[in-house]
Amino acid sequence: MKGIANARRRKFTNLIAMLVMVTMLVVCLIPLVSVSWTLLSKGIPAISLDFLTNLPLSRQSGIGNAILGSLLTLLVASLFAIPFGLLVGMYLSQCASSRLATPTRTLLDVMSGIPAIVVGMFIYSLVVRPMKSYSLMAGGVSLAMIMLPVFARTSEEALKAIPETVMEAGLGLGLPRWRVVLQVLLRSALPGVLTGFFLALARVGGEAAPLLFTVGGSNFWPSHAPAELARLQPLTEQVASLPLVIYEYAKDPRPAKHAAAWGAALVLVVIILAIRLSTHAYVRWRYGQQGAH
Amino acid sequence: MSHVRNNLAASLAANAGAAASANGHRIFTEHIVGGFGDTTVLKGISLRIAHCSLTAIMGPSGCGKSTFIRCINRLHEEIPRAWVTGKIILDGQDIYGADVDPVAIRRKIGMVFQRPNPFPTFSIYDNVAAGPRLNGLRKRHALDEVVEKSLRHAALWDEVKDRLERPGTGLSGGQQQRLCIARALAVDPEILLLDEPCSALDPIGTERIEELLVQLKKEYTIIMVTHNIQQAGRIADRTVFLLLGEMVEEGSTSDVFTSPKDPRTEAFISGRFG
Repeated sequence: MKGIANARRRKFTNLIAMLVMVTMLVVCLIPLVSVSWTLLSKGIPAISLDFLTNLPLSRQSGIGNAILGSLLTLLVASLFAIPFGLLVGMYLSQCASSRLATPTRTLLDVMSGIPAIVVGMFIYSLVVRPMKSYSLMAGGVSLAMIMLPVFARTSEEALKAIPETVMEAGLGLGLPRWRVVLQVLLRSALPGVLTGFFLALARVGGEAAPLLFTVGGSNFWPSHAPAELARLQPLTEQVASLPLVIYEYAKDPRPAKHAAAWGAALVLVVIILAIRLSTHAYVRWRYGQQGAH
Repeated sequence: MSHVRNNLAASLAANAGAAASANGHRIFTEHIVGGFGDTTVLKGISLRIAHCSLTAIMGPSGCGKSTFIRCINRLHEEIPRAWVTGKIILDGQDIYGADVDPVAIRRKIGMVFQRPNPFPTFSIYDNVAAGPRLNGLRKRHALDEVVEKSLRHAALWDEVKDRLERPGTGLSGGQQQRLCIARALAVDPEILLLDEPCSALDPIGTERIEELLVQLKKEYTIIMVTHNIQQAGRIADRTVFLLLGEMVEEGSTSDVFTSPKDPRTEAFISGRFG
């Protein structure tokens, strides 16, 4: 008899616990679903081919230059963040016992805690003032500064996860240590390194604060005549950027601008989601289970 | 060069007391003492290894077997705080000489480790091609040839020829170990060191590797560390017994197994410790 009563009580407790958990889950999902719903319902009506490809001041105004500007800024940020992040990651993983390793790690952790707006101000005085102009370059550098600590630490972890025996196998083949690191370890750690890189990219893709004082915003396409490209002129120009467009349009009193802000927000979210999902799919496809996180 | 040889001959005569000429011998180790930090693992090991033979080094755990063979390709020194003194003469040259590049030595001396360690995310093909590629071989058909030859040598070709682009880590443990042997053979070494190559394998995988080693010793000088006494008895030409960093006994396998000179060897072989 007692056994049955116990079983009943256990089932009842189980039911209560289950209910609490499901309720919490629903509570957590409400904001996510609500944000997605609002974004989709308000964003989709704004989106058209003209919206995606035109300039803001054309008759059918659009955010084409902001999409391009954001992608360019991310590209420039990656060009800075990848080499520095990889080198720091390699250093931390291969020279883990060196005297500089611990201070470097601490520094990276501090760096990742710096508010984005402060990074923007820092780059303003470091790049914008000497160049006497807002520029794609300044925007890229400030995003790179936010990416760097994230990417360096994930690279370090990915490289550390490769067993020591792989290094020994490489040395045993008669390769100098640096070649084993560059050509074997790095390639073995590539799934982790790639995932870390795209995570960092997705993280900064939506940032507005570090761009406020750096890219400057623009109503035009970046210079794209071959001669201007050859001089790398776009790097020194102001460019538009999706997060800045959203910020500008949301402050604007006109309803049409609000609609455009929703459209731009949807585009931004889709781009970031696409970066995340395609990385995941690529790493899975290319490296199978080893790369899945 | 010649004075090195003379020195070598003189010191060998003194050391090993042997009339042993250099004839047929490729590797001489002379009083190898080594260890880590304050610990001395090897307490003076002097040994001759014949050309195209299989030498088994056996002994209980912690006796310095692995440390010893890692001295032979200078991999030991890659571990922080590791040190070694003494001479290892390979084809008349002291590999610990001041002007010797350890990387060049390791190219001559292939190594296979305790646990199969194919390069992660590398395909079977790329694992074998890694050594030749990094040494500058680029032509696709030359690489194809090296890969096929090495895999055939390692008795793995027939099992993997249809899936060379699949990851090396997807193979079974025994296949992975043969893949590692193929990878070592691909850089065309003259000497092969194996550090307990079968300790992580099942009996069938072990048998395949043993058959393979019996074939390979016709072309390569092989030194194998083993924890497994029977394995030494089955395939080694000569057997070395190490205990606590000292060489207790060295001789032809049949002598060591049937009439050991040292009572400790007898005790180890008959399973009283180890």
